[in-house]
Amino acid sequence: MTAVHARPDAADTILYLDGVSVSFDGFKALNELSFYVLAGELRAIIGPNGAGKTTMMDVITGKTRPDEGQVFFNGGLDLTKQDEAAIANLGIGRKFQKPTVFENHSVTTNLELALKAERGPLATLFARLDAPARARIDEVLETIALIAQRDAVAGSLSHGQKQWLEIGMLLMQDPELLLVDEPVAGMTDLETRQTAELLKRIARTRSVVVVEHDMDFVHRLDSRVTVLHEGSVLAEGSMATVQADPRVVEVYLGR
Amino acid sequence: MSGSAATAAPAARRPLALMLGERGARITLVLLVAAAVLVPVLNLVVPVDSALHVPNWLVSLLGKYLAFALLALAVDLVWGYCGILSLGHGAFFALGGYAMGMHLMREIGTRGVYGHPVLPDFMVFLNWKELPWYWYGFDSFAFTALMILLVPGVLAFVFGWLAFRSRVTGVYLSIITQAMTFALMLAFFRNDMGFGGNNGMTDFKDLLGFDLQADATRAGLFAATAIALALGYLLCRFMVTSKFGRVLVAIRDAESRARFLGYRVEYYKLVVFTASAMLAGIAGALYVPQVGIINPSEFSPANSIEIVIWVAVGGRGSLHGAILGALVVNYAKTYFTGALPEIWLYMLGGLFVVTTLFLPKGIVGSVPAFDWRRRAGGGPPGSDAAPEGAAK
Repeated sequence: MTAVHARPDAADTILYLDGVSVSFDGFKALNELSFYVLAGELRAIIGPNGAGKTTMMDVITGKTRPDEGQVFFNGGLDLTKQDEAAIANLGIGRKFQKPTVFENHSVTTNLELALKAERGPLATLFARLDAPARARIDEVLETIALIAQRDAVAGSLSHGQKQWLEIGMLLMQDPELLLVDEPVAGMTDLETRQTAELLKRIARTRSVVVVEHDMDFVHRLDSRVTVLHEGSVLAEGSMATVQADPRVVEVYLGR
Repeated sequence: MSGSAATAAPAARRPLALMLGERGARITLVLLVAAAVLVPVLNLVVPVDSALHVPNWLVSLLGKYLAFALLALAVDLVWGYCGILSLGHGAFFALGGYAMGMHLMREIGTRGVYGHPVLPDFMVFLNWKELPWYWYGFDSFAFTALMILLVPGVLAFVFGWLAFRSRVTGVYLSIITQAMTFALMLAFFRNDMGFGGNNGMTDFKDLLGFDLQADATRAGLFAATAIALALGYLLCRFMVTSKFGRVLVAIRDAESRARFLGYRVEYYKLVVFTASAMLAGIAGALYVPQVGIINPSEFSPANSIEIVIWVAVGGRGSLHGAILGALVVNYAKTYFTGALPEIWLYMLGGLFVVTTLFLPKGIVGSVPAFDWRRRAGGGPPGSDAAPEGAAK
C-alpha cells in the first residue's frame, strides 16, 4: 500500500482524505478536499447545501470514484480502489440521510442481516443464528431503545425509530468508523437530544463522523467541527472557534 | 399496508422447521404428493365409466399446468423475492424443452418418416448428411438431463454476470431479458440452426423405453411433474427461509443498504437468477413430452410476459401463490380459449391491470381463505415476504 504523507502521524488516523476532487458535468463537488480524522474521534462536519458533504461520504464509501486524490483508511489502505461491499467489510458503516432499513423485515431481522458475519451467498444459505449473535442483537436493541419493537415490521416504525434502527444496523456491523449523514433531520427535539447522546456513547468505542445541518445538535455533540464550503475545508476546530471565524459567518449568513 | 407480510423473527429454528413450519407450505406439499398418487390411480385403475375416472386428456392437461406452475415458481423466486423482473424466463423454459426434444428425436431412431438411423427427419429433409456436433450426446438420457440444467443455467449465468455486474436493474433489465428471448426465437426459427426451424420437433415416440402415447406413460409423466414441482417448491422454500432468502428480500427492498452492509448484491442476484433458470429448464423438459411438441414460439416474448401475469395474479412473493396463479390463469385460458377464443387476450390483459390496481398481493394476499400466513398455527408469523406493491 502507498505510504501516507507524514503530516499527522499516519498510524493515528482512521480516515485521511488527500486532495480529493470530484466533478459532475463541470461542477466541482469536491475541490482538492483534504482533512483527517483521528482514530477514536467524534467529528462533526457542517456546511451549507452544496458544500460537498454527501459527495464526500460517497467517495469514502466507494459509491463515487474521485477524479483525483486518495482516501486512506486506518493509516494505509486506499479506499478509492475498493467497491462498496469491500469498504463495508473493511469496517466502515454508513447511515444514509433518508432512513434506509429493510421495511418488510422485522427489526430483529434487520439487525441479523447487518451482523458482522460471512457475506457470501453460500454462507448465508446455511447460516444459523447462534447464541452470541442473539445476545449481540439484544444488546443493540437495548442501545437503540427498540426492545419492545423487536418483532415489529421495520416499515411500521416511526421516522425517528427508523433512524435508530439504521444506526443499530451499523453497530451490528461492528465498524471501526461510522459515517452518519444528517441523523436528526425530521426528528423531534427529544429524539434529537437522545440521538446526540447515542452517538456520543457510540463514539467511546469507535470513530464517528457526523454530517449535520442542525447547529443545536452539533453543539450537543461537543466535538471537533470541520466546515466544508464549495468542496474544500473552510475552517476546523471547536464549535466556538468555528463560529467565531468570520469566513464561516459569511458563508452561513450569506453575502 | 398491513404488517402481516413481515418476515419471521430469526429464532433458533432448525431449517426444516422453518421450511415446513408454515401451514401453507405443508398444505402445498400434501396436495402435490396427493395429486402425484391420486391422478394416476384415478386414471389407470378406476374404470372409465366411473364418475371418479380421470380421463386421459385431463391427465395431460393437468401435467402441463403443473409444468407451468414450476415455471411460475422459478419466476417468483427472482421477481417476488429479489425484485428481478425477468421478462425472458420463457427462454430458459424453451431451452430445457429443446434439450428434452433433442433426446426424444434421437430416440425415434429408424421409426421416422425417412427411417434414417441417426438423423432426425427434418435434417434428412434438409439434405444434411451428418449430425451437427451439438446434437452429440443427446441419445443418452443422463447427458440430456445434465443439459436440461446446464444450458439454461449457463445462459442465465453469463447473461446475469454481464447485467448484474454492470448494475442493470429495474425496467432496463426487464427489457434486455425480453430482447434475449426474442433474439433466441429468431435464431431458433432459422432452419440452419439445426433445431427444426419453424416446425420445431415433434412426432416423439418414446422416453426411457416407455411409449409416449401409452396411458401409463402419461400418468407417469404427470406424477413425475407433480413430484418435480414438490421438490422445486421445497428447494425454493429452503432458499427463501434461510438467511440467504432474507438477504434477497433486503436487496429487493433496499439494494444500496444491502450493498453498504457489505453484501455483494450482484453475486446474490447471479445465484438466484441461475437457480431460477435451471428450474425453468426442468419445467420445459417436463412439458415437452406431455404436449408432444417444441417449437420456437415458446421463445416468444408474450409467453414470458404471461408467466409474470400468473405470478402477479397468484401473489408475488409467495411461493404457493405462484403455483396457484399458474393453475388458475391456465385453467381460465383453457376454458376461455375454448368458449370465447377472441376475447382471451383482452381478458388476460384486463386481469393483469385489475391485479395490479386492486390486488397488488394477488389472490394469496387478498383472499383470506388462501392467506395461510396469517393463520399459520404453530409456525412463525409468515416467512414468505410479500412485497409492498405489485410492480417494481
